[in-house]
Amino acid sequence: MTVGNLASAADTVEADRQRDWREALAAMALVGPATALIVVFLIGPLVCIALLSLTDYQLGAKALRFVGLANYAEMFGDRVFRRSLENTLTYVGVVVPLSVFLGLGAALLIEASASLRGFYRTIFFLPVMATLIAMAVVWEFVLHPQFGMLNLALNAIGMTGQDWLHDRKIVLFTFCGIGVWQSLGFNMVLFMAGLTSIPRDLYEAAEVDGAGQAWNRFWTVTWPLLGPVTLFVVVISAIRSFQVFDAIQVLTKGGPNRASEVLLYTMYSEGFEYFRSGYAAAVTMVFLAFVLALALFKTWFLDRRVHYG
Amino acid sequence: MTTRELGPIAGALRHIILMVGAAVMIAPFVWMVATSLKPQGEILVAELRFLPERWAALHNYTMAFTRVPMLRFLLNGVLVTAAIFALQILVNLPCAYALAKLRFRGRNALFAVVLLGLLIPLHATAIPIYILLHMLDLVNSYTALVLPFTISVFGIFLMRQFFMSVPNDLIDAARIDGVSEIGIVWRIMLPTAIPAVTAFGIFSVVAHWNDYFWPLIVVRTKDLYTPPLGVAFFRLNDAGTEYGPLMAAATIVILPLVTAFLLAQRRFIEGVTFTGLKR
Repeated sequence: MTVGNLASAADTVEADRQRDWREALAAMALVGPATALIVVFLIGPLVCIALLSLTDYQLGAKALRFVGLANYAEMFGDRVFRRSLENTLTYVGVVVPLSVFLGLGAALLIEASASLRGFYRTIFFLPVMATLIAMAVVWEFVLHPQFGMLNLALNAIGMTGQDWLHDRKIVLFTFCGIGVWQSLGFNMVLFMAGLTSIPRDLYEAAEVDGAGQAWNRFWTVTWPLLGPVTLFVVVISAIRSFQVFDAIQVLTKGGPNRASEVLLYTMYSEGFEYFRSGYAAAVTMVFLAFVLALALFKTWFLDRRVHYG
Repeated sequence: MTTRELGPIAGALRHIILMVGAAVMIAPFVWMVATSLKPQGEILVAELRFLPERWAALHNYTMAFTRVPMLRFLLNGVLVTAAIFALQILVNLPCAYALAKLRFRGRNALFAVVLLGLLIPLHATAIPIYILLHMLDLVNSYTALVLPFTISVFGIFLMRQFFMSVPNDLIDAARIDGVSEIGIVWRIMLPTAIPAVTAFGIFSVVAHWNDYFWPLIVVRTKDLYTPPLGVAFFRLNDAGTEYGPLMAAATIVILPLVTAFLLAQRRFIEGVTFTGLKR
C-alpha cells in the first residue's frame, strides 16, 4: 500500500465522518421543532395528567398537595362518576355492535351490484362529513316532542312519539341512535376497503367449487376473510365511541338527572366548569385506560394480521 | 368484491333495503333544509310537511348572518383550519423526511414516541395543555386554538411511511447538485408527497372544521368562536326556539365540507378510510 493510497483512504474516512456528521446535524434541525412540540404538547401533558391525578390541584390555585389515591377513592365512591362510567359502557356496548353490523350490511349490499352504487355510498357517508355539533342541533329539532319529524312520522303510522331527550329512561339510547347514524358510514367505508382487498380469483375459485349463489359466496369467501377486518373495525369503532361528547354537551349537559352523563362530559365539567383539575385528571386516567387498552390491542394484535390491499 | 350481477329479485330487494336506509340517513338533512325555508308559523305546526307554503328562506338565512356574527365565525373557522394545516406541514413534513431518510442518533426512539402518540386522543392531554396555556396567558386566543395542533404525530407517521417508498437516488442526485437538506425537503420531497399531503389535509381540515371540544375549552369571547361554537351559541341565544334561522345556521356551517365532499367524493372517502385505518 502506498502512502498516497493511505492518504486518500484517510481522506475518504474523514469525508465519510464529515458527511455523517453533517447528515446528523441536518436531521437535528429537521426534527427539532417537531420533537420540541411533542415534548410540550404530548409527552409532558401525559406525564402531567398522571401526576395531577394524585394531587388536589385546582386551576388558578397557588399551591397543590399530594393526596395519593384520594381522587380515585372519591371517584369510585361517587354516584355521578359510577353513573358516568356505566352510561359510557352502555353507549359503547350499543353503538359498536349496531354501527359495525349496519356498516357491514351497507358495505356488502352496496358493493353487491353496480346499480346506484355511488349514490348510496355518498348518502351513507354524508353524516361522517357533516359537523356533528350542527347536526346535533338539527337532531334536537327532529326529536322535538310536538313538532319534530320523528314523532310526526310515528304519529302518522299510528304510534306514539316520545320525549326523546328529556325522558330519563330513553335519553341515553337516543344518543346511541345519533351515534350509530353518525358512525355507520365510517365503518362502511372501512369495510369497503377490506372488501376490495379480497382477491377476485378467490370468488372464481369458489364458483368452480359450486359456490355459485351470492349467499354461498359470502359464507365461503367473504366472511372468513372479513373476520379480521371486522375485529379491526370493532376496535376502531369502540375507541371512537368512548369519545362521545359533542351532542351530549350541547343538548342535555349529561341530564336529565345524569341519565346521559358520560366520561368525557364528567371530565369536562369537573375540569373546565368547576376547575377541579386533580379530580378531572383522575377521570381522564380512567378514560385513557380504556382507549389505550383498545389502541394497544389494535396495534399489537391487529395491525399485523389485517392486510388491506 | 365480485362484479357478478344479482338476479332481478335480489337486485330489487337490495334497492328496497338501501333506499330505506338512505332515507333514514338523509332525513335529518332534509328536515334541516326544509325547516330553514319555512316561516316560524309553519314550523311550529304538528303536521309533517317538507315544502313551505310561504317561503322564508331569505329571512331565515339573513337572520342567521345578522342575529349572530356568523360571517366572523366562518372566517375564524377558515383561518384556524388553514393555519393549523399550514403549520402542521411546516413542522411535521421535515420531521417525517428525517425519520425516513436520514441517519441520526435517537431516530428509533423518536419514531417509537410517534407511534405511542398515535394511541393518545387529544381529550387525554387537554387539562395539562389548558393549564400551560393558562400560565402563559394564552387562553382565549387564536394561538390557543392553533398551537396544540401544530404537532401531529399522525401526520409525521403518514408522511414518513410515504417517504420510505421514495427512491434514495432522487435524494442523492439532489445532494450531488448541491441542494441542502432543507432544500430537499421543500423542493423535492413536498412535490413528490402531494398524495400523502392531500390525504392528510382532508383528514386535518375535516377534523378541525368540525372540532367542538377544544374551541369550547379555550375560547371565552364571541369574536373567537369557530363555526361549531357559533351554532351552539346560536341555539342558546334567544334564537333557540326560532328553528328557521337556527336550521339555516346549521346548514351554513355544514355546507363547505359537504360541498367539498360531493365534488371530490373519491378523494374524501379514500382520505378518511386511509387515515381511519392507520389511526
